Amino acid sequence: MSEESESTTHDAPVTGASSRPVSIKAVPVRHPWRWVGSLVLLVLGAMLVNTLVFSQTQQPHQSGSRFGWNIVGTYLFSSQVLHGVVITIELTVISMVAGILIGVLLAVMRLSKSRLISSVAWGYIWFFRGTPVLVQIIFWFNIAALYPVLRLGIPFGPSLYTVDVNSILTPIVAGALALSLNEGAYMSEIVRAGIISVDEGQAEAAHSLGMSRLSALRLIVLPQAMRLIIPPTGNETISMLKTTSLVSVVAISDLLQATNSISAQNYDVIQLLIVASLWYLAMTTVLSIGQYYLERHYARGSTRELPLTPMQQLKRNIRHFKPAVTPREERMIGADHE
Amino acid sequence: MSNAGSTPMVKAEQVHKSFGSLEVLKGIDLEVAAGEVMCLIGASGSGKSTFLRLINHLEKLDAGRLWVDGELVGYRQVGDKLYELKDKEICSKRSEIAMVFQRFNLFPHLSVRDNVTIGPVKVKHQNAKAAAERAEVFLERVGLSDKIKAYPNQLSGGQQQRVAIARALAMDPKLMLFDEPTSALDPELVGEVLDVMRGLADEGMTMVVVTHEMGFAREVGDSLVFMDDGQVLERGNPKEVLMNPQHERLRSFLSKVL
Ligand SMILES: Nc1ncnc2c1ncn2[C@@H]1O[C@H](COP(=O)(O)OP(=O)(O)O)[C@@H](O)[C@H]1O
Ligand SMILES: [Mg+2]
Repeated sequence: MSEESESTTHDAPVTGASSRPVSIKAVPVRHPWRWVGSLVLLVLGAMLVNTLVFSQTQQPHQSGSRFGWNIVGTYLFSSQVLHGVVITIELTVISMVAGILIGVLLAVMRLSKSRLISSVAWGYIWFFRGTPVLVQIIFWFNIAALYPVLRLGIPFGPSLYTVDVNSILTPIVAGALALSLNEGAYMSEIVRAGIISVDEGQAEAAHSLGMSRLSALRLIVLPQAMRLIIPPTGNETISMLKTTSLVSVVAISDLLQATNSISAQNYDVIQLLIVASLWYLAMTTVLSIGQYYLERHYARGSTRELPLTPMQQLKRNIRHFKPAVTPREERMIGADHE
Repeated sequence: MSNAGSTPMVKAEQVHKSFGSLEVLKGIDLEVAAGEVMCLIGASGSGKSTFLRLINHLEKLDAGRLWVDGELVGYRQVGDKLYELKDKEICSKRSEIAMVFQRFNLFPHLSVRDNVTIGPVKVKHQNAKAAAERAEVFLERVGLSDKIKAYPNQLSGGQQQRVAIARALAMDPKLMLFDEPTSALDPELVGEVLDVMRGLADEGMTMVVVTHEMGFAREVGDSLVFMDDGQVLERGNPKEVLMNPQHERLRSFLSKVL
């Protein structure tokens, strides 16, 4: 554990006592084109910063920066925009959670031995992937035209309970419903790919312990499938974040709808698009970080060494006073502590 | 039907199994007494794995009868009528029979300890702490108490198979099925797994072992069965069968594996 000497690796050839090999001194290969490339990028970067930050507006009778950052600042945290952000987050979370649940259900149905059940799942996926999500949103928003009242009761028999469809299918519910049902179709294929990637021997071993099919799926197969499911699900979530902007067609004031309605009044179109983009970027960043940690969690048992978290990386660097240590080198450092 | 004395642990009568048009088992008659170690040998494709899978309810038999510990496999008999078992009943029967696979099939996302405890905790609803303590005992028994926190992919093949045996033991099985437990191992790792199995045999565990290790069959097995093309061709005391094979098929098989 606490042996601190550097020359106690077991398989090192036993040479003269405590003689360290002479380290190699050689002239490194020069890379002149890297320098040229770096210089070009530096100039381009400087131009970008200049036009973004320092250049002045070209509009007559106006002053301020070209991009109008002060206007961006004014609206970035305005209540209307913040409200839109909340709506966007709500729709994304609800639709993704519901979409994942529907996706798991459909994936299991598609893998069912019953032809009827797997065909039903196939039909669902065929339909919801085959029609534009925009159409689905508008459809659910207008469903009351087909079914003004919802009846609960005995099929083909009397109804016990009726409810006005328009009163439950508010625009936001219609939007979330459409996005969830649509997302479920996509998620099911992702989940199915994950499930079939897990070796059949895993389910077999679980069954031979006496686990039911559901337990085997939940405790053994899905946790292993996660490694394959998470990256595309991250994609789906980020894509969903932006797809929610489609709900503005049914008069939901999500983020993009909020910024659009502001710019419709003050004509600062570019500035408000920047406001929206900054928020989308911020939310995407948070999601990407979350994805990193989730992936790391489910990597247990599939990689011998977990990748370091950025915090661990930082601590390690401070401790060793040297630049980033890759997990591989880390393993070598750790090797003599085993 | 009940032969005087104790019920056999496994009893097969004219067991048939087909996959589509392929008839894999063509009428197997077998009996494994409680405490017996039966070794099953035969060429690849002769139906050995399928037979083990039938015993463990992982496949359904098409014809014949199969009993484990006096109870019919897959069905419940009431009078003259047979009723198919429900999924839940099948699960509970499986939990009494342990199976060790050629490819170990440890759960890679779980630590060694969790591999051993997941059955007792999730299937038999044992207390998690008690199960963890018992896991240590079983891992000690297979010589791996120092690997309790490791993950399967940090272990050698021989170690993984020993964990798989500990996982099986943790269910307190009354019967253990081994499907070529050493066939995926490097030659120098075979011994450590066979040693553990020999220990189990000495303690009186009932075992059905599909193997190509003739030394193990001869020394540890109480009986030897040679399966060929879905049928039992020869059976008897391992030493006698191996010394004095009656069928040409067995002779040519032995000349290939020995
Ligand atoms: N699930 C299955 N579906 C179709 N054929 C199978 C299945 N399982 C086994 N078989 C076939 O049954 C035969 C016997 O297989 P198996 O019992 O695994 O033999 P062994 O274990 O003796 O090598 C082989 O021809 C194999 O291809
Ligand atoms: Mg086999």
